[in-house]
Amino acid sequence: MSIKIDRLNKYFGDFRALQDISLDIPEGRLTALLGPSGSGKTTLLRIIAGLESATQGRILFGDRDVSQVPVKDRNVGFVFQHYALFRNMTVADNIAFGLESMPARSRPPKAEIRKSVERLLEMIQLPHLAKRYPAQLSGGQKQRVALARALATRPDILLLDEPFGALDARVRKDLRRWLRSLHDEFHFTSVFVTHDQEEALELSDQVVVMSQGQIEQVDAPTRLYARPGSRFVFDFLGHVNVIAGTVDAEGRLRQGEAWVTLPDAPAPGEAQLYLRPHEVHLVSEPTGQACLPFIIEAVNLIGAEVRIELKPKGWACDDIWEVGISHAEFSRWQPERGDQCFVSPDIGHLFKGESTSPETLTWRP
Amino acid sequence: MKYQSHHRVGDGPWVRRTLVLLTVLLATLFLAIPLILIFSQALGAGWGVMISNITDRYTLHAIGLTLFVALLTVPLNLVFGVALAWLVTRFHFPGRKLLITLIDIPFAVSPVVAGLLYLLLYGRNGWLGSWLGEYDVQLMFSWPGIVMVTVFVTCPFVARELIPLMQQQGSEEEEAAVTLGASGWRLFRKVTLPNIKWALIYGVVLTNARAVGEFGAVSVVSGNIRGQTNTLPLHVELLYQDYNIAGAFAAASLLAAIAVLTLAIKGVAEWRQARLMANDRPDRKLQ
Repeated sequence: MSIKIDRLNKYFGDFRALQDISLDIPEGRLTALLGPSGSGKTTLLRIIAGLESATQGRILFGDRDVSQVPVKDRNVGFVFQHYALFRNMTVADNIAFGLESMPARSRPPKAEIRKSVERLLEMIQLPHLAKRYPAQLSGGQKQRVALARALATRPDILLLDEPFGALDARVRKDLRRWLRSLHDEFHFTSVFVTHDQEEALELSDQVVVMSQGQIEQVDAPTRLYARPGSRFVFDFLGHVNVIAGTVDAEGRLRQGEAWVTLPDAPAPGEAQLYLRPHEVHLVSEPTGQACLPFIIEAVNLIGAEVRIELKPKGWACDDIWEVGISHAEFSRWQPERGDQCFVSPDIGHLFKGESTSPETLTWRP
Repeated sequence: MKYQSHHRVGDGPWVRRTLVLLTVLLATLFLAIPLILIFSQALGAGWGVMISNITDRYTLHAIGLTLFVALLTVPLNLVFGVALAWLVTRFHFPGRKLLITLIDIPFAVSPVVAGLLYLLLYGRNGWLGSWLGEYDVQLMFSWPGIVMVTVFVTCPFVARELIPLMQQQGSEEEEAAVTLGASGWRLFRKVTLPNIKWALIYGVVLTNARAVGEFGAVSVVSGNIRGQTNTLPLHVELLYQDYNIAGAFAAASLLAAIAVLTLAIKGVAEWRQARLMANDRPDRKLQ
């Protein structure tokens, strides 16, 4: 079932937690609400569930306006960050709770409930823990039980609030894959909240980036990373290298000893150039296109590529620069801490003046 | 690792021994001896005398009235306390903080003052009392008045026990229950109640103990009519003033027995709740 959010506003006293949110969440897809804490993503999720009410605006499930429908009649599954399992009930009773709460007319008979619970326990691979209490489970197991409990009533919509936030890295990765396969199998519409960009990009079909109660960008993960629509999305998604300076009459961005020749010579004025770590390469001498001198600050060999941290030399930037090079290139070149080097851009994103949307530039090799 | 002792302040053997000794001494002098004395005085002339003292017509009436008052007060405050704790821990509304403070008024005000206030308000010449008098309803100097002041004096106990616990447990489990389609009543019975069970029992036991033992407020509004509006604590005083020492102690020993029983139940309830919470600990990871 698709979800439509129509000009939604939410105030907590004078604080405007959500500002004019309009959003379409397509049926059968996994959508991530991504943003830093305080961006309003959890509030939005809770409003979709009905746990919180909007000050203004409408929520539609399919064609049905559910804005005034109480939580218990919305038929959504909700998975809480801290699992919120019923501590006084066994795992099996937790999972059965939703089915047993159904009105007597539509409630399946006891034997059928028991069968559903067994099936769900198989699905989460924990049939041996049916008689345990939540306190006796590990974090990962609890989250599986919470998922099974939410899915027991076959909701059309599954909402997850930072579902893996409290788990350690390995369990998190396992559960993520498991949720993805579960989703592909059952085709419910899922919305999950996360502040972890990697999780959002890996797991979802569509990412909604939020900041300060507003939607910054809605896009597929690949497009979101390749074409961020604003400074915020740039900063928030992955590392970005920034040089701020002045564009001169020849179309060169200059700051201190550093300069970059910009393709298509934009108009003179203040500008910032955003460069992704994989959209630049390292050279030992300045090229005709750019002179961006650096001192190597740190070399990190762990991972698929070697990450090099750079400190600007003869100019300034707020955050250190990061560039990734292949292990092959690393062993050929053997850079060390304290060495001088230069960066040459391949693809860059230029923000002119106070403009909020970037212009993408490509340099010819 | 080397076992380290004598390192914390107050951990020296002499400090420790002195403190322990002092505590034991004070506890014996102020708590244990009086308690033992009550029972030994009551039983001083033998079981027969004690039983005949207790089965005295007026004493029996006082016991009956006291139990009757407790029987009305406890359920009233049980419902009131749960509703209030639910309200202030699950909803945010203007004046919530003020309400939490107001709950403590019966603790802060001397019971005698509370009794006087009720007398002023509901007495024959009081604001509400004179109006009620026109309809021939008399609240003061009869059992309704005693119940009213007892309810007032004991109303914070249940809420005070539940509020911190319910605040700590949070409302996530209840939210989970509503998303799973549970009705309000099912949610309360299956989720909330089991989680607060022991704290609730603890609160009820305290309420009961205070309801049975309340003296000050009741003595103002009851009028001390022997065989009519005399509760057990008032009766003890009355017997004592009559120089019926054995009778006074027999009645007092009943109150003391209730107190000891209360402590035992309270101990069990506290222990069970602590165990419940300890189970819950690994549940939550800080971020």
